[in-house]
Amino acid sequence: MSRQTSMEPPVNTVGQDTVSVQAVRRQRLEGPVSGWNRMRRRLGTLGLVCVGVLAVVVLTTIFAPLIAPYDPYAGSVVDRHLPPSPEHWFGTDQSGRDIFSRIIWGARTSLIGPTVVVLVAAAAAVTLALTAVWFGGRVDAFIGRILDILFAFPNMLLAILAVAIFGPSLLTASIALAIGFTPYSARVIRSVALRERNLPYVASAQLQGISGFLITVRHILPNVRTQIFTGMTINFGYAMIDLAALSFLGLGVQPPTPDWGLMVSNGQASLLQGYWEQSVFAGLAIVITVAALGYVGEQLGGRRAAGRTR
Amino acid sequence: MSADLILEAVGLRRTFHLGRRSSVTALDDVSCGVRRGTCLAVVGESGSGKSTLARVIVGLESADAGEVRIDGAEVRPTTSRSRLRARAKLVQMVFQDPQGSLNRSLPVAATIDEMLRVHRPDLDRAERRARVLELFAEVGLTERHADARPTALSGGQKQRVAIARALAAEPEIIVLDEAVSALDVSVQAQVLDLLDRLREEKGLTYLFITHDLSVVRAVADDVIVMRRGRIVERGTVDEILDRPAHPYTRLLLECAPRPGWVPRRGVIEELAQQI
Repeated sequence: MSRQTSMEPPVNTVGQDTVSVQAVRRQRLEGPVSGWNRMRRRLGTLGLVCVGVLAVVVLTTIFAPLIAPYDPYAGSVVDRHLPPSPEHWFGTDQSGRDIFSRIIWGARTSLIGPTVVVLVAAAAAVTLALTAVWFGGRVDAFIGRILDILFAFPNMLLAILAVAIFGPSLLTASIALAIGFTPYSARVIRSVALRERNLPYVASAQLQGISGFLITVRHILPNVRTQIFTGMTINFGYAMIDLAALSFLGLGVQPPTPDWGLMVSNGQASLLQGYWEQSVFAGLAIVITVAALGYVGEQLGGRRAAGRTR
Repeated sequence: MSADLILEAVGLRRTFHLGRRSSVTALDDVSCGVRRGTCLAVVGESGSGKSTLARVIVGLESADAGEVRIDGAEVRPTTSRSRLRARAKLVQMVFQDPQGSLNRSLPVAATIDEMLRVHRPDLDRAERRARVLELFAEVGLTERHADARPTALSGGQKQRVAIARALAAEPEIIVLDEAVSALDVSVQAQVLDLLDRLREEKGLTYLFITHDLSVVRAVADDVIVMRRGRIVERGTVDEILDRPAHPYTRLLLECAPRPGWVPRRGVIEELAQQI
């Protein structure tokens, strides 16, 4: 019997590398080559560089106290607006604080905010989308209406409204943004989950009297996880820009806490006087991080997964 | 005739409303019975209602009217989990799409393990594993296949896993909804052979939904022919395939490709007009 079965041709090997069919099957039967190789093939060289950049950023947030050469809060008026030098790599700001140290410390606040946004938005979107897909019909229509209402508000406007009500803070701004991000992710997850819902493996589980919750969590969720994760990486970039903008407007992180968005904002006045260091270096930090994340996210699953083009 | 009927459908009706004005009657007063240990083939073109019949019988779809009896007892459409479970113990289903009928992010053994957890709560982990391998052996697969993901298996192997999953519940009846239609001919023959062997060994009863008449002779004892939600003809395999009475059945047979077959346009058109 087993000889017969091994004669059956494998289906759907289209899109595989053109090694022999047997090799592909052997490899697939015995598991993937290795996580690392697969990752490398998917990301490409530039993608790996981006991952490296992100790793550096994350390590910076963890080891900020060890890396930063100066106290980010301490400065003296004597040292105001020093240009970049061996002592102060990125120069000093209008209060004489070391910009390099502030950017290192600022990585913390600048990354925590988007993390909150992305996690809250993903949790809300997954819950709404999977509930809509499982029950379908009226529940789906109702959740669809809620999302439509959320779509109607521009994210930033929603965030500014929330800040006006609850007072400016990183947490308020983050949660408000998360609510704004939810409908985009929910719409994408709903569409991919709906496709899964209609596949016979779900029908088969349903026939056995397995509860809708278990089927959703055990069968549907794992099959849409790629889209969820990709959406998260891409949303992270957007969240970072939006939070920086809110801090820039004075609605997010409050001074003197070091934060990249806030630093761009603070440097604005000095910029006009010819001291470009603070705004430019903080802006570069934002651009590099967002670009690296966006590229990795796109390589992993494509822009479509984030549910929008902007 | 009624004494040994294990599965009976009586007066099933099902209409799908597509919009305010349009609706499709997928089942229009359909009654049929399957004798224990035999295979009833349901044939018909796409949209004839044969898949709806299968879905109503297993309980994935509810009927607007009529009833389904298994072993003489009526099984009502239900969302109650314990009743679904009880029905699943009697009737299992194998689906058309080998790709979609297994969860691609689980090793196939895990899919069957889940079935065993539902239907055989008396087994512990190790016993379930042993049972999974036993079921795999029954359908001609090995331990190597058990720990693979569906993407690593061929269409025929996936369909074997789907059959093993149905067997895990130790059902009396298996509804095969176009179960071999997506497979190429040589693999089809192997799977049909397997189904035949399982039926003999386990005394299973099959409801075999197909549009492929060449498959019917290989597996079925009785045949019903459906068209637009109605049964137009019923009888034993030999009666239907050798002496078809209804013009629609004759048309289906006329259109089925076979060695040396050339479409006889005139005959086909004439039959089509008689329906």
